[in-house]
Amino acid sequence: MAIVRDIMPAFELFQPATTDDAVGLLAKYGRDAWVMGGGLDTFDWLKDRIKRPSVVVDLSQVNDLTGIRPMGGGLEIGALTTLTEIVRNPVVKEKFGLLHQAAELVASPQIRNQGTIGGNVSQDARCWYYRGGWKCYRAGGNICFADTPSAINREHAILDADRCVAVNPSDTAPALIALEAQMVIRNRKGERVVEAEDYFIGPATDITRMTILKPGDLLTAIRIPDKWAGATFYFEKVRDRQVWDFPLVNVASAAVYSGGNIERIRIAVNGVAAHPVRLKAVEDAVRGKPRNAATADMAGQLAIQGAEPLRYNGYKVPLLRNLVKRSIRGVEEATWAS
Amino acid sequence: MADNDFPEGTPKGWSRRDVIKGVIAAGAVSSAGYLFRSSVVRADVSAPGSVERLITLNVNGQQRRVDVMKQETLATTLRYKLGLTGTKLGCDRSECGACTVLIDDVPHYSCSMLTHTARGKKIVTIEGLASAEGKLHPVQQGVVEEQGFQCAFCMSGFIMATVGFLKVNPNPTRTELAHGISGNLCRCQDYDKILTAMMRGAELSRRA
Repeated sequence: MAIVRDIMPAFELFQPATTDDAVGLLAKYGRDAWVMGGGLDTFDWLKDRIKRPSVVVDLSQVNDLTGIRPMGGGLEIGALTTLTEIVRNPVVKEKFGLLHQAAELVASPQIRNQGTIGGNVSQDARCWYYRGGWKCYRAGGNICFADTPSAINREHAILDADRCVAVNPSDTAPALIALEAQMVIRNRKGERVVEAEDYFIGPATDITRMTILKPGDLLTAIRIPDKWAGATFYFEKVRDRQVWDFPLVNVASAAVYSGGNIERIRIAVNGVAAHPVRLKAVEDAVRGKPRNAATADMAGQLAIQGAEPLRYNGYKVPLLRNLVKRSIRGVEEATWAS
Repeated sequence: MADNDFPEGTPKGWSRRDVIKGVIAAGAVSSAGYLFRSSVVRADVSAPGSVERLITLNVNGQQRRVDVMKQETLATTLRYKLGLTGTKLGCDRSECGACTVLIDDVPHYSCSMLTHTARGKKIVTIEGLASAEGKLHPVQQGVVEEQGFQCAFCMSGFIMATVGFLKVNPNPTRTELAHGISGNLCRCQDYDKILTAMMRGAELSRRA
C-alpha cells in the first residue's frame, strides 16, 4: 500500500462545462493534459508522483457526457456515466444484461458511484512495477521488470505479450466487445466512431498506450447496437477478494441459440493480455455446433492456444480455459480439471 | 502517517499537529505554499473551465467559504481546513472507506475526489447526521445500542456508507446490506457486530 504524503503535487486544473470546451482544452495542452473522469485511476498516479501532468482536465462538470439514451434499437451511454447508473438502468439490465453484470462486479460501491464507464475502459495497465514508477518499456525504458527470473508476476499476461506483460484489468471492456459496442471519439478535427474491439491496443502496436486515444482525443460515448439485445449472456470474474479487486481473468459472452445449436456468439476475455481479447477463433469454431460439453471443451482448448505463462501465472491457463467453457455451457457442466 | 511525513522543504521544527492546529485556528488558510514542491506550468487561467481558489462548499447544510488548492482532495479540505475531523483518512487510495462522505446523498471516498469537483453539491459528513438539538441519527443510535465497533476508526465511514445505502434500499436483508457497505474495511475484523449495529440502524431509520 502506498504511503500517504499529505497532498498531490500542484497542477493546473480545468473543469470545462461543455464537451466543446473540454476538447478545446485537450487540443491546446496536448501531451501536458491529463483527462480525468471519475479520478479513481488518476489519483493513484498523481499521489504516488509516478506521473506528473501539468494540466488536469476534470470532466465532472460536463453534463452532456453523462446519461443513457436510446439510439436505434440500442443505447448510447455517455462516457462520464457512472458504473452505478449503468447498473441501475432498467434497459441495460433487461436488454444488455452482460454490461449490467460486468459493471456490478467492478471494485466497490463507492468506486462504482464515482467511476465512469469511459474511465473503466480507458484505465491504464495493471502491473505494480509499472505503477510503482519502475522505468520499464511501458514507462519509456528498455526492460520489463515483470518478466525477469525473479519477478513476481502472478497477475500478469499469458497472451499477446510483446516486451510488456501487463494486463488490461477492465471488467466492462470485454462485455462491450461481446456486445459489438462502438466508441465515439472526438477531437478538435471532428468525431469518429470505432468498434470497441479496435479501441484497445496491445504493446505490439504502441507499448505506452492502452487505447487508440492520442493526446487531444476524448472518448465521449459508447454505443451499444441492438444486435445482441436479449441474447443469452454469460459474465464471470475471478478475483482474490470479492470487493475492490481487479479480475485475475474475466470472460464475457453473448450468444443466440436455436434448436440446441449455437447460431451466433461473441466471446471476449480480459486480465490475460494488455488488451481485452476477443476470441474470434473460438467463435468461428463453435458457430453452428451443438451447445454441449464437447463444444465447450473444444472452445476452452482453443482459447488457450498460444498461451505463454510466466513463472507465477500458469494458473491463468486452466482458468481461462474453464471460464471459456463455462461461457458456452454454463457453470454446472464445466469441470475444473487442470 | 508519521508525524514527520512531510514533503521536502517543510520548515523544520513543525510537527504535523502544529500545522493542522494552526490551519484550523486560522479558519480559511491563507497560504499552503509550503506543500508545493515545484512551480506549476504557466496555464492560461482565463480559459473556459479554469477554477478559482476561493470557493463555497455546501457542507452539512452550511455554506462554507474555503480557500482550496487545485490538487486538494475533499478529505483534506474537510479535515484540515473546515475542522471536520470525523471524516477519517485511512489509506488515501480508495481502498478502505474510512473517508466516506455523502455527495448529493451518494457515498463517495472523499480522499479520491478533488474539492473543486464537489463544488455546488450537497456534502454531508458524520458531523452533519445528528439533529441541531443533538439527537443522534438512527444509524448512529443503532451503533450506540449494539456497541457495533471496536476501535471505531472506520466507524464514520461505515455509518456514512450505510446512511447512503439506506436512502436507496431502506429495508435491506443482512446480506444486501453487507453487499451495500462492502466498500468499507474494518481492521479489527468486527464485521459481524458492525452489521448487527447497521441493521439496527436501518430498523430505527424505518421507524423514525
